[in-house]
Amino acid sequence: MEIKLNLNGKAITAQADPDTLLLDFVRAQGCVSVKRGCDTANCGLCTVLLDGTPVLSCSVLAAWAAGHSVQTLEGLQSEAEEFVSFIADQGADQCGFCNPGFVMNTIALLRENPDPTDEEIRAFLAGNLCRCSGYDGQLRGIRAYLNSKKEQGGAPRGTEQ
Amino acid sequence: MPRVEQNNKVVGRPVRKKDAMRLLLGKPAYLEDVTPAGCLVVKVLRSPHAHALIREINTAAAGKVPGVAGIYTWQDVPQKRYAQAGQTYPEPSPYDRLILDRRVRFVGDAVAIVAAETEKAADRALKLIKVQYDAQPAVLDFHTAKDNPVLVHPEEDWKALCPVGADNQRNLCACGSDSAGDVDGVLADCDVVVEHTYHTKACQQAMMETFRTYTELDPYGRLHVVSSTQIVFHVRRILSHALDIPVSRIHVEKPRIGGGFGAKQTVVAEVYPALVTLKTGRPARMIYTRRECQIAGSPRHEMEVRVRVGADRSGRIRAMDVYTLSNTGAYGEHGPTTVGLSGHKSIPLYSGGLEAFRFSYDVVYTNQQAAGAYRGYGATQGIFAVESAVNELAAKLAIDPVQLRLRNMVREGQTMPAYYNEKALACALDRCMLRCAERFDWEHRRIPRVQPDGKIRAAGVAMAMQGSGISGVDVGSATIKLDDQGGYSLTIGAADMGTGCDTILAQMAAECMDCPVDDVAVFGADTDASPYDSGSYASSTTYVTGRAVEKACAELKRKICALAAELLGCEASDLEFSGRQVRRLDGGGAVSLTDIATRSMCGTAPAMQATCSHSSPTSPPPFMVGMVEIELDPETGSVRPLEYVAVVDCGTPINPNLARIQTEGGLVQGIGMALYENVTTNALGQIAENSFMQYKLPTRQDMGTLHVEFEPSYEPTGPFGAKSIGEIVINTPSPAIAHAIYNATGVWHRELPITPEKVLLGILHKAK
Repeated sequence: MEIKLNLNGKAITAQADPDTLLLDFVRAQGCVSVKRGCDTANCGLCTVLLDGTPVLSCSVLAAWAAGHSVQTLEGLQSEAEEFVSFIADQGADQCGFCNPGFVMNTIALLRENPDPTDEEIRAFLAGNLCRCSGYDGQLRGIRAYLNSKKEQGGAPRGTEQ
Repeated sequence: MPRVEQNNKVVGRPVRKKDAMRLLLGKPAYLEDVTPAGCLVVKVLRSPHAHALIREINTAAAGKVPGVAGIYTWQDVPQKRYAQAGQTYPEPSPYDRLILDRRVRFVGDAVAIVAAETEKAADRALKLIKVQYDAQPAVLDFHTAKDNPVLVHPEEDWKALCPVGADNQRNLCACGSDSAGDVDGVLADCDVVVEHTYHTKACQQAMMETFRTYTELDPYGRLHVVSSTQIVFHVRRILSHALDIPVSRIHVEKPRIGGGFGAKQTVVAEVYPALVTLKTGRPARMIYTRRECQIAGSPRHEMEVRVRVGADRSGRIRAMDVYTLSNTGAYGEHGPTTVGLSGHKSIPLYSGGLEAFRFSYDVVYTNQQAAGAYRGYGATQGIFAVESAVNELAAKLAIDPVQLRLRNMVREGQTMPAYYNEKALACALDRCMLRCAERFDWEHRRIPRVQPDGKIRAAGVAMAMQGSGISGVDVGSATIKLDDQGGYSLTIGAADMGTGCDTILAQMAAECMDCPVDDVAVFGADTDASPYDSGSYASSTTYVTGRAVEKACAELKRKICALAAELLGCEASDLEFSGRQVRRLDGGGAVSLTDIATRSMCGTAPAMQATCSHSSPTSPPPFMVGMVEIELDPETGSVRPLEYVAVVDCGTPINPNLARIQTEGGLVQGIGMALYENVTTNALGQIAENSFMQYKLPTRQDMGTLHVEFEPSYEPTGPFGAKSIGEIVINTPSPAIAHAIYNATGVWHRELPITPEKVLLGILHKAK
């Protein structure tokens, strides 16, 4: 079947089977930041934004996304760049395989709640598994980013749409 | 006080990982991102039986599925047994595998390989293969495996290359013992003896990127293998054995790796696409599903460890007797070696006043998923047992377990009889304990406190050690060369699996060559391009490959100075290497590194390149102490870690950021092992935890807060005084949490994971 949707700001039309998952669809479109980690909607690696809301693309049919807007990390590079540099400064990137899903969900968190507490961060990102870092380095990175934003006197970048 | 290098410019600094920004921004880096999608999809049909002989396989219908390019069964593979464990040849692991065997030995064992143009075609073909099995009785209980009439490996061509005590006619993958002094005599003379058996399960590494390999024939007709592996050179040799083709026909490289933790120290996925490419001549790729990873991966060896520890009334530990029964599953990967660490890396913690020890073991075959290498590699299992037994001893003696350990622990300069008589040249374990107790406020928090809501807060403690590389066996190498504009290329055969070894080795090179770390480009690992390196496992890369980097840099500096001497018309001994230039000590001129590099590429000049290898006769242990506070709900049995304090002696932390993250990651994996991660098989040999639905990994809401500190020592045989960090960090959570649960409930849990059900049953049982 033919699927039309907006991928990272670009209107695309592509053929896909009715049972094609959004995960496989966007990867086939070159958005390889979207990773498969588990097949059972447990790991958060495949997080994308569907009309601005974070979803697990392993649990969404490409057909369901037809007519909607889908964003992957490929489309949010400039929004992510400053934030992720704080994660890099902690060494918390590690193997990196879970990073895109974690970054996508953090962007979603900061758009929704620009000044979250540690508990709010842990709760929002609870579905993003990481087997390398032990999570604390990611938290320190987010905290350092938010602090630097406050020092600059502006609202966190994550509030941009 | 230890010697601390104050003058380092790059080593000891929290340098960013060289690949950090590209990984964080999701750039293509991993196998599935960088290999062509239009290749054959490879899938494996897996056995539904724990033990069976294949009577007949009918692939006719499956072969007719449009898009199927090949279906291979046991009749299509070389009949030459090999081992899949990534170890230095001759491997201690027995040669007990064929790529496909007529006898299948666990639920999930490979029965047939399908190659197809699309995943859908491959899946359809899998369903249409008709197999008739002669089901056999299976050995599922590892207690009854030894000398069981049912043999997991009755075949005559089974063989063990090393004298590890293996005997396939007894279901033995290995057995042996080591001792010093009269253990039974000393134990009989002890005032107090604690004897218990501890049981750890087959946890999964659960790295986020599953096993995966891409293969093709290169323009020379050689087998080009791109694999998510920690061990490119071992993969090359093992594929040569499995496929019965010469090593010279194989080229193995790795892209970025999405985590390994030891799982990718075994050749799990590589053989299947490699066989397909050799059969069809076409590119092929196999990507394990998470389910396959869970049921046919290479998890931790399940072990049962019996500890007898004896002490006098004052708390002097005099003797320790450890017996380990290890379950290697259907194949012997890492079986003979992991078991050794359960004694050799637990007993030596108490070298202080130990008069005698004995360590003996059996490693048995069963009809279960084959085990492999997982961070900690047997030390984790042994340390859970020995540290728990010492905590039980402290309770029996009514001595503070911290004081008991301070009285008995190994100290710097001591010889460790249970650790191959190695001497602890660098050991800050005592300082780790004192600092950890101070930071944690052990004195006050070790007393359990009931909260107003009825929940109980309680604390636990454990120590740990590991090694740094495999002494006298494994080899690390590095090539460093001077590039046109005065920068350097560092080529290694070790594999950065996310730990940051590319970066820390570049830091060492930059320190040696007196240049910024950005001036060192790192490449690895590729069997055609890299100097030989055993690979990234056994906590070896910092310590072993790091020394190779130091040596190669020294050698390159000599070459640079020799060429500079020629250019300046003097002797090399008149010169000083100072990073950007080489200058005469008498002030009579200098030549820039750029000019030396340019000169080396024009006319005849010796190559400005050096390759050095290193192998260490010793494996200096890192040490650490962990203390945990938990909150336990006596109504539900649930246990929540609130705070974990860990103080680590890894020698010199080369990159404190990355060492800290290693520690935090290891602690959280250890918390998972202690509290929920489990692999259980039913009466048919089927694994229940075959997805992340059932196999729970810790989330960021499950681990409480972590505090990590370092107590540096200086290891004289290590690069810049460094030891290892990667594995030791998973070892303390299980015994420390079990200890805290005892302090909260009065019940010792000697089997992992300690689930709410077990905690609650323990409380109810005790109340009766």
